[in-house]
Amino acid sequence: MRTIRQSFLLAGKDLALELRTKESLNAAAAFSVVILLLFSFVIDPGTEEAKEFGSGMLWLVFAFAGALVFNRGFSRELPNECLDTLLASPLSAASLVLGKAIANLAMLIVVEIISLVVFGLFFDIRWWLRPAELAGVSFLATWGISVIGSVFGALTVNLRLRELMLPVLIYPLLLPLLMGAIETSIKILANQPFTDYEWLWMRVLVVFDVIFTSLALALADTILVN
Amino acid sequence: MRKKSIYLLAGAGGLLLIYNLYRIFLVLPDEAMQGAIYRIIFFHVPSAFTAMSAYFAGLVLAMLYLSSGDLKYDSLAASVNEVGWAFSIVNVTTGMIWARIIWGIWWAWDFRLTSVLVGIIVYGGYLMLRKAIDEPTQRARLSAALSIFGSIDMVIVWKSIEWFRTQHPGPVLSIRTGGGNIDPAMEHMIYWNWLAIGLIAMAIVLIRTGQEAMSREIDSLRRLANAYESPISEAVTHE
Amino acid sequence: MAAAIELNRVWKFYGDYPALNDLTLAIEERQCCALLGRNGAGKTTLLRVLAGLSPYQKGVVSLFGEKPRGPNARQRTGFLGHGIGVYEDLGALENLKFFARTLDVDKPSAAASKWLDRVGLTRVAQMPVRQFSRGMRQRLALARTFLHTPDLLLLDEPFTSLDDRAIAMLSDLLIEARLRGATIVLSTHQLREALAIASHVALVENGKLRFTGQRTQEMLEDPALLYRLYTKLGAD
Repeated sequence: MRTIRQSFLLAGKDLALELRTKESLNAAAAFSVVILLLFSFVIDPGTEEAKEFGSGMLWLVFAFAGALVFNRGFSRELPNECLDTLLASPLSAASLVLGKAIANLAMLIVVEIISLVVFGLFFDIRWWLRPAELAGVSFLATWGISVIGSVFGALTVNLRLRELMLPVLIYPLLLPLLMGAIETSIKILANQPFTDYEWLWMRVLVVFDVIFTSLALALADTILVN
Repeated sequence: MRKKSIYLLAGAGGLLLIYNLYRIFLVLPDEAMQGAIYRIIFFHVPSAFTAMSAYFAGLVLAMLYLSSGDLKYDSLAASVNEVGWAFSIVNVTTGMIWARIIWGIWWAWDFRLTSVLVGIIVYGGYLMLRKAIDEPTQRARLSAALSIFGSIDMVIVWKSIEWFRTQHPGPVLSIRTGGGNIDPAMEHMIYWNWLAIGLIAMAIVLIRTGQEAMSREIDSLRRLANAYESPISEAVTHE
Repeated sequence: MAAAIELNRVWKFYGDYPALNDLTLAIEERQCCALLGRNGAGKTTLLRVLAGLSPYQKGVVSLFGEKPRGPNARQRTGFLGHGIGVYEDLGALENLKFFARTLDVDKPSAAASKWLDRVGLTRVAQMPVRQFSRGMRQRLALARTFLHTPDLLLLDEPFTSLDDRAIAMLSDLLIEARLRGATIVLSTHQLREALAIASHVALVENGKLRFTGQRTQEMLEDPALLYRLYTKLGAD
């Protein structure tokens, strides 16, 4: 309970900083729009093809935009040695990782909403017809991406090659999660109900989230206190 | 002691490998459907087993390091993961050669191939991470954490790609099928060659562990030299 | 008197190199201990271990009877490292309010305003730290360190990075802290200033404790004395 309260305090601080500087959000949103624009030259908008590939395209955009957000996550604490100050305070390392994950989630969801609006306009796809499934899949997958982004942001924060190492480490780990998100989102974009196959993938998303959130919290001290 | 075990393991593995090569190429007949190329399985499957056992040992060693703080587990973990990585590449390369002959293509997005490829990328990241950190204790802690994330992820990757796509030949070994899918002589040959490759892998692990320990010692000597570098006068002149 | 800090045969390694080498040290409540030693002797490492920022491999470290990462130990400790530990893009008051919340201070807003006033920054309470001068930042960092009236202060080289006004302020704050019964550990190069404040000294060399005891009049008169007497290389 204490950890959760502390992590919301940290997430609130991060979001306040982000609102002021908008360094991550501007970069991530601009990046997403540009990638969607480039994809519109590859995939013909308005075709059946666009519906099928749209799902994969969207999740790749979210994952790549995520790396821009995550790279800033813990490195925001580096100037003035704020990370040391936070670690020397009564906050637990787990609450730091969780707080960053919550902030990541909030920022990534903003990027997703912007991307979806642009995607709907560019590709003429009505993505909002199954809101419950859309919200469920987006939340589960984005949380998983955010937790991995947070914990690996912590792991790479003191490395020389931080910006390079983070994507190299997180994308292979995110593979099962992204597969689940892409497979289920195909049905959402096509406005078809989920079958057993999609529910199986939903379970993968839940399992992934539970396992990696627990691992992140359990290993937070090992990773941050060095 | 370490030197002796290295010679012993490498010697035994090498001799066994030579004997196995003789059996594989001169004693065992061609396979009915595939002809001569099937012989690659005697390297393909044992190197996959070796890689998997190495990664599993890497996970156990990472947990041992985190619970004990003893850097010898970290050296061993680094070595087994590196050897596992090398054998994954042997595994994929031999598999691709076989696939080119039998399937006519170098690569198929089958779940086994994809999982092994993901493993190569994950553990490649592990090796890169180790290169990027200079301080041995920090390197040990962070790479142990990555190793735990990576190996657990591999299990989920394996299961999920299995649902997604399958093209690879199904299980043939009798431990998975209960027997009947493979000639016992061929199956035994796989196990014998696993033993040979495993012994050689262990010898390499021991060599690598020794190197890791030595590089840690060099690092500590460098730190010791630096500790004596700044003269005492520096501490007093500030007033 | 109860010990605020106890280290019992503590080892901390960077690889095979012992940065803290079988170090045993007790600092009692109300003491002000100056950690002396050359660059790389282990002063910063020791302070980081005490601040819960760095793990140690062997031995026992306790702060008020708790492990260094324990929430109670952390709540009672104020830490000032080399960085000022405040956010450039938040205002001075926002910074203090945030840290007051992380430190479980009773009335975060009131405490923040009070400390802002104390360090003379009320006029610029809303201004982001980015626009502050060096001296203003340092005073804000002092307010951040003393915000929760800590029982234990861990200060790493506090005098080297501060300007004159901030040093005067820190000296006042330290005297005040000592009067209310706080324990202070500070590492320093500025022997004179540190020795003037300290009640005790601890001399570290190569991660080993070479000397610990009360600060004497002789030390004040000849700051290099300890080095000559107790380090292997002497005062070269």
